[in-house]
Amino acid sequence: MEIMPFLGIALVATVLLTILRMERPELAVLFGTAVGILLFIMVLQRLGVVLQQFQGLTARAGVEPFYLGTVFKVIAVAYLTGFGAQICRDAGEGALAMKVELAGKVAILILAVPVMTAILQLLLKVI
Amino acid sequence: MDINIIFKIAGIGILISVLNMVLKQAGKEEQAQMLTLVGVVVVLMMVIQLIQRLFMDVRSVFGL
Repeated sequence: MEIMPFLGIALVATVLLTILRMERPELAVLFGTAVGILLFIMVLQRLGVVLQQFQGLTARAGVEPFYLGTVFKVIAVAYLTGFGAQICRDAGEGALAMKVELAGKVAILILAVPVMTAILQLLLKVI
Repeated sequence: MDINIIFKIAGIGILISVLNMVLKQAGKEEQAQMLTLVGVVVVLMMVIQLIQRLFMDVRSVFGL
């Protein structure tokens, strides 16, 4: 994965962002969001390859694909909520960012409940 | 195509701030306000499309 395009985009965007923040703070938030999403999409395309490798490995190890899917979902929720909360915080809305993070935590908890019940059932079976 | 949208948004922002200054100098405060609003809406539309693409990509990569 080439790191240079990321650095270039981030540096150019930082310079443009400092100009925009002085003149139009409301557009600076949108601009920062757009740059963040763009970089995120670029990372995501690379991340897809790694995740496919992981899927292949788990299939070979005989682990149920349901567990890996849960892990992927948790990672996705964590990334997205972190991203959204950071945008809110950049715009100076710390309280909103807290709520976004709270929603992300609850969503992850909901995703984790089936795995927890599976572990408990396994324990009961062992006992 | 990807990088262009960044420059497009930054260009719109700088253009609007310049036009805003001109309009304010000409004593047209209301038009300046409307121009700011229009700029925010236009950029918001672009950003919303980007967000939609991001969600689609995340959904396809993580299999949500």
